[in-house]
Amino acid sequence: MNQSSQTLLSVNNLATHFATEEGIIRAVDGVSFELKRGETLGIVGESGSGKSVTNLSILRLIPEPPGRIAGGEVIFNGQDLYALTNEEMRRIRGRRIAMIFQDPMTSLNPFMRISKQLMEITRLHLGYSKSQAYEHAVSMLELVGIPDARARVDSYPHEFSGGMRQRVMIAMALSCEPELLIADEPTTALDVTIQAQILELIKDLKRKTGTSVILITHDLGVVAGMTDHIIVMYAGRIFEQARTLDLFRAPANPYTKGLLRSVPDPTSEQGELYQIPGLPPDLANLPKGCPFAARCERAEEICGREYPPFVEVAPDHHSLCHFAMEVYATSKRERESRIAAPSATGNAILPVTNQTSPSNTSLANENLR
Amino acid sequence: MNLQPQVSNANPPLPVHAQTDTGENALLSVRDLKVHFDLGGGGVFDKLTGKGERRVVKAVDGVSFEIKAGETLGLVGESGCGKSTLGRSILRLTEPTGGEVIYKNKNLARLSSREMRLERRHLQMIFQDPYASLNPRMTVGQIISEPIETFALAHGQEKERSVRELMEKVGLSARFIKRYPHEFSGGQRQRIGIARALAVNPDFIVADEPISALDVSIQAQIMNLMDKLQREMNLTYLFISHDLRAVRHVSDRVAVMYLGKIVELGAAREVYEEPLMPYTKALISAAPVPDPEKEATRQRIVLQGDVPSPINPPSGCRFHTRCPFMVAECKSVEPSLVEIRPRHFAACIRISPSEPHIETVAPGATPGLNNVSSIQKQ
Repeated sequence: MNQSSQTLLSVNNLATHFATEEGIIRAVDGVSFELKRGETLGIVGESGSGKSVTNLSILRLIPEPPGRIAGGEVIFNGQDLYALTNEEMRRIRGRRIAMIFQDPMTSLNPFMRISKQLMEITRLHLGYSKSQAYEHAVSMLELVGIPDARARVDSYPHEFSGGMRQRVMIAMALSCEPELLIADEPTTALDVTIQAQILELIKDLKRKTGTSVILITHDLGVVAGMTDHIIVMYAGRIFEQARTLDLFRAPANPYTKGLLRSVPDPTSEQGELYQIPGLPPDLANLPKGCPFAARCERAEEICGREYPPFVEVAPDHHSLCHFAMEVYATSKRERESRIAAPSATGNAILPVTNQTSPSNTSLANENLR
Repeated sequence: MNLQPQVSNANPPLPVHAQTDTGENALLSVRDLKVHFDLGGGGVFDKLTGKGERRVVKAVDGVSFEIKAGETLGLVGESGCGKSTLGRSILRLTEPTGGEVIYKNKNLARLSSREMRLERRHLQMIFQDPYASLNPRMTVGQIISEPIETFALAHGQEKERSVRELMEKVGLSARFIKRYPHEFSGGQRQRIGIARALAVNPDFIVADEPISALDVSIQAQIMNLMDKLQREMNLTYLFISHDLRAVRHVSDRVAVMYLGKIVELGAAREVYEEPLMPYTKALISAAPVPDPEKEATRQRIVLQGDVPSPINPPSGCRFHTRCPFMVAECKSVEPSLVEIRPRHFAACIRISPSEPHIETVAPGATPGLNNVSSIQKQ
């Protein structure tokens, strides 16, 4: 892997295994990617796809045993994180790589004032004095948009709403101006209007601080508006990897395509929703060939027999599939025909309302008078 | 779930108003339903120590709507807006403190608990958490047959046959009849929950966040299953969810709730494409779209602040603390649901049938206010 100065993080062939009663679970199996400075990478997958384990592995937060980093390397700023001592790693965590978790209710200490929790980090990592750290805590809360920050900094977590707590988590994560922020489902526990606030906040802070972000989510809508690159994971493997626009324009993997078609789009009308049949595979007993074969529309005999290749269908666009090129070509063709015939479904439905609404309007107005 | 709005030529529009709409084809109508939780306080001691008023959570505060046979009414809103309480109070799983729920000429809110138990044969519920809503010590067969036994609908061989049929109907192999809930995935457990609800052959189902705990690819399976069952068994759904995308997909009509009130109600297509209320607009624009090109060009209305506490909620329009179009009257006048467009209702004093777009309403004007007062007099 070439290490240009622009590359902040490169993960090469990462493998994380868990020993269970049913055998070894390969939760992450040969994951590689690079993240440039200032970029946002989205990791998408369903539960059990290995997206969270990938990031816990980067931070060396895998509980051992039963977990074990079975192979691969993580190079952060030219430094191999797996070669560091625990002490050195602790200095990177929180200081240079920060993480925010899904549930802001459980990741804050309920017995400690917000101020103390925020001060802990800067005092530990940056050696701030008490008063310096306190002032910094207030300014961080202001940065993440907590109104009346000075008055609220001494509150306890339960005095904040869910959205506010997530803002506190973000303030905490950004306290030491980390180079990399890993956000694991940061908005999943929040309501949509609060989710929009938090996503805007992360975008805005990214612009201000230049932090790189890894955004882990199951929501394709969230990554669509937030990221430069996307990785789609399934059963511990990268199934597709591309620039965000390319992935949505021309997905080259049947799993990605299925995911995209199974999410209703609130801005347009759809008929029956596509459903990916079946269930994600049991990671302890993975089939021999492609782990997605049993649920795949495009699967043929070879898929159950041979592990698929990781194909580069276009520059910077990879897909793990025996038919990657064909799927990619089909997606491109479908997109072209969609552009040629814009929103055929919308037109088909519109006339109905057009016919009824004028008469209804007059009727309704009469009723109100 | 028919995606076409219910407004069609075959069904001539009834000259109706949301509060008084008792169209013949309504399966269930809810009138001025209230669920208040008294938190105490406000006693002599509190008044002396300055703690002040009695504290009441008005989880559902005067909600009226109706559901037609065979349709899906989606109910959306943020957490704490009272949508689950509303769903539960229709089935009396939470006791309503006021108002009526009319089903087949009976007011469910007034029935004795024995009478209500009998009615639950026709009104069932699907719960959010398939992990918590199934008894872990009962086999799937026992879980699904329990309601059949309760209502003595079938016995012995016949009962077992109907359990097997139900399992196949919801996409579970009848081979699993002797298995326990923990042996199933989340999506499969939700299928068990659906089979249990269907066991008594109900008319009406309240589905409270039925897909929220599930993975994306499984959500689509459950939505399609519910759609299929609705067509096969002529079911009527109240589909409660905070997921705006899912609600649009499954619903014929949509009701938007905010702090215990319905603030907008209309055909799903209209509510999503031409929302009237500033709150609905913000809610819809906040839902991320799985398309980066749309995301890049879309105007997003980001609301400031959180949903206020439902304990002693804001006066007047409850949304006024976050509304970008707030005027002085919004703090004092409580808007009621007005038919702004045919069968499309909204509760906002700043809009009216002649001025449906708040953006074009003159600053400070309240054209809807006249309508509100006329309706309150009725």
